[in-house]
Amino acid sequence: MATEMERRSAWRASWAVGLAVSAYGVSFGALAVASGLDIWQACVLSLVMFSGGSQFAIIGVLATGGVAAGPAAIAGATLLGLRNGLYAIRVSPIIGPGWAKRLLAGHFTIDESTAVATAQSSLGAQRLGFWATGAIIYVGWNLMTLLGAILGDLLGDVRQFGLDAAAGAAFLGLVWPRLRARQPIAVAVGAAVVAVVLLPVLPQGFPVLIAALVAVVVGVSNMFAPRERVRGSLR
Amino acid sequence: MTLWQIILLASVLVLGIKVLGYLVPPRVLEAPRAARTAELTTVALLSALVVVQTVGDGQGVVVDARLAALGVAAALFALRVPFILVIVAAAATAAGLRALGWG
Repeated sequence: MATEMERRSAWRASWAVGLAVSAYGVSFGALAVASGLDIWQACVLSLVMFSGGSQFAIIGVLATGGVAAGPAAIAGATLLGLRNGLYAIRVSPIIGPGWAKRLLAGHFTIDESTAVATAQSSLGAQRLGFWATGAIIYVGWNLMTLLGAILGDLLGDVRQFGLDAAAGAAFLGLVWPRLRARQPIAVAVGAAVVAVVLLPVLPQGFPVLIAALVAVVVGVSNMFAPRERVRGSLR
Repeated sequence: MTLWQIILLASVLVLGIKVLGYLVPPRVLEAPRAARTAELTTVALLSALVVVQTVGDGQGVVVDARLAALGVAAALFALRVPFILVIVAAAATAAGLRALGWG
């Protein structure tokens, strides 16, 4: 069982992460409206899709490609959502049995709830961290999306407020903690180069999808692998 | 496709992936190649999205205030400044430069 101290620490982490991420929902709401969505479409994305990376990806493609870029927008959002499936596999033993509970847990399975849960040391604290972080962000992210969409509607040109630059910074913030080893750094650099080269020649959305192939090539061949693992596999 | 159809289809797909994950036995993650490739795919997509959001301009590349804002964001992330403050600083950088008439 989790001690009182472990529980309190999981609770604190949930609120710290939850409030920071929720506040950022304002940018999503405002940018979604600037990309041509109405307020309700922005809210449906936060209510149903509920995955920041995928949400920014879909509005990013729609902003410049319009409805014609729909298939690429859907593919980009879905590919980015694949990691949530991995998180679900990882946290599923923490959640335990019961289909209704697991269905709700599925909806709450995002970067932050997984990160807070897996950072705790006991099962009780992991469970608390997952549900608290997921619930705080779900409520906060949706409220802030609505607020941002209303503000965006009133503000008009969000470029004037630098909100378009905020999207790039947000993606950088999502990828930053993953760049701790040679392999992900190589993939990040490779994908960035592929994207910038393809931007002028391919329709909206496709440069991002093709850049993802860099990960498949490196992942399957295990290029740039950590040294210990290479030695282990040779033995 | 209408905008609503795009939004609903993408939303259901992303939610479906999360729910499906709970049906998969956890030992699947023990296959290192699948786990590694999935994790790297996230890195590649996010990195490409940084590029597209920062220098993309429809079907083309343009250097403007967004690139300066991204530089500020990178420096602040390296200094371990909290996420939300970095986002505000990046937006303020772009807004400030545009107020000065650049980008």
